[in-house]
Amino acid sequence: MSDKVLMKGNEAIAEAAICAGCRHYFGYPITPQTEVAAYMAKKMPKIGGTFLQAESEIAAINMVYGVSSTGHRVMTSSSSPGISLKSEGLSYLAGADLPALVVNVQRGGPGLGGIQPSQSDYFQATRGGGHGDYHMVVFAPASVQEMASLTVRGFEVADKYRVTSMILADGTMGQMMEPVDLSSLKSEYNPEKPWATTGTGKKREHNIVNSLYLKPEELEKTNFERYERYKKIEENETLYEEYLMDDAEICVAAFGIAARVSKNAINEARKEGIKVGLIRPITLWPFPKAPFEKAANKVKTFISVELSMGQMIEDVRLSTHDKANYMLCNRVGGMIPSPDEVLSAIRNAAKGGKN
Amino acid sequence: MVVFDKPKSLTDVPMHYCPGCTHGIVHRLVAEAIDELGIEGDTIGIAPVGCSVMAYDYFTCDMIEAAHGRAPAVATGVKRADPKKIVFTYQGDGDLASIGMAETVHAAARNENITIIFINNAIYGMTGGQMAPTTLPGQVTQTSPYGRDVKACGYPIKVCEMLSQLDGATYIQRVAVNNIKNIKDAKKAILKAFKNQVENKGFSLIEVVSSCPTNWGMTPKAALEWVESNMIPYYPLGVYKDTTAKEETK
Repeated sequence: MSDKVLMKGNEAIAEAAICAGCRHYFGYPITPQTEVAAYMAKKMPKIGGTFLQAESEIAAINMVYGVSSTGHRVMTSSSSPGISLKSEGLSYLAGADLPALVVNVQRGGPGLGGIQPSQSDYFQATRGGGHGDYHMVVFAPASVQEMASLTVRGFEVADKYRVTSMILADGTMGQMMEPVDLSSLKSEYNPEKPWATTGTGKKREHNIVNSLYLKPEELEKTNFERYERYKKIEENETLYEEYLMDDAEICVAAFGIAARVSKNAINEARKEGIKVGLIRPITLWPFPKAPFEKAANKVKTFISVELSMGQMIEDVRLSTHDKANYMLCNRVGGMIPSPDEVLSAIRNAAKGGKN
Repeated sequence: MVVFDKPKSLTDVPMHYCPGCTHGIVHRLVAEAIDELGIEGDTIGIAPVGCSVMAYDYFTCDMIEAAHGRAPAVATGVKRADPKKIVFTYQGDGDLASIGMAETVHAAARNENITIIFINNAIYGMTGGQMAPTTLPGQVTQTSPYGRDVKACGYPIKVCEMLSQLDGATYIQRVAVNNIKNIKDAKKAILKAFKNQVENKGFSLIEVVSSCPTNWGMTPKAALEWVESNMIPYYPLGVYKDTTAKEETK
């Protein structure tokens, strides 16, 4: 007997969060992430948790800030326009070193955009959508199973380093159904949080959760300290998958749904004798620089396949010191590149073409 | 014999408030309420953005600094996570009634079991005296240099009157701290607002009509007189809603 159940990506995130011990969810309705909230609305009251539909995304992220201050695991989910609204809160979470999990099931933009899948929030997620120097750890799932497993990991990484983890999915990942093995979804990592505002019990000095430092030398110190932690995250938490890269002369860089489409195209191209492989970043921040840097010794052309106007391609170029050829294969606005479109780009690269 | 002492729930950190500012009085009343209810070890306070941003240094309980206007949302998170803890926010008029109005109204509508202390001094103090949502018609501020023109910038918002229309809110009262009698009344109201929460009665908000001598350009004494002659007539003191009174008379 397998423990596998058929679930939508959005539901898998919600169930995984519960498995990870998250008992507090705050959200505001927006397509295409609605199922996360709907799942939480059904489940949380039955297990003594909180489901609260906030008055806005801004309120939701600040409720997350409140729960996280008390040391409990907490999450919110939204889609692109809603993440823009949450960005103030993301900056405050970073400034106060509060762990949290935030899900962005991306849709096309800018503005109200559309409701179809997109990856155009890459810059916002990896560079920090809010003000100030900060990063989130950004996970990019490419299957419903990963939607679940990276959610659990996201909570653990957030707690370990006192940072926000973001699941950067897209409308396809959120809506599609696949079998998920739930039995592996548990979190045994639950660190003490002596900094949390749980009431002093008159047994200790008061804890203060805060991001205000009026003395510049103190504020500088907090920034330096935070970046020391970011360095450790880069060393320990970078995730990626390599596919057929051993002999590759062409490297496709793609994450999420774009990586799945690309694998099909790569398999076809291999049948034609084209030496092409894939590097799929699973964490977008930290970006897996090492495998790209290594690949650049042999690879002549990198093709970045994205549902954006070319955002991740900048990290590919930076990681490879801009010494190869670079092509962008993209669709935007809710459109997804077909395997044939990616195959054409690979063939073009094999002929020495550039875009 | 000690006849006057600092409440236990206040730290020894010297307050940064201007001479004649009434924040110190209200901090004291809050601390006295916490002391009297014996809840210091179970209380979590939430500071706003504004003059009282550094309230987190002045109270001995655990404290959280919120983003501008978001204290009621942060308080909601804390209270939902730890319902047995006592959670209060301390907010000014710009924080609560301008940028944070949505958070204020919805926390009241949900009857969140929290306590809000709302300082109305009709001006943005921390940033140097700009027009607030509660600035009186005709009142001169840095951003209403010819006096608040209600045709151009609308009328002041009467928070207690507005919130008392919500089915959710439990206890809404406006008090002032411009004289001894009013301070005594304010003390009672603030104590009740905390006691309501201890007794799980729901959302309590106390609006404290306050003064800002620095940004009003007045001496502390003249500012207190201006509270009496200008602020209180526009913002009448009293209980605007109290569902606990109904319960008690049943």
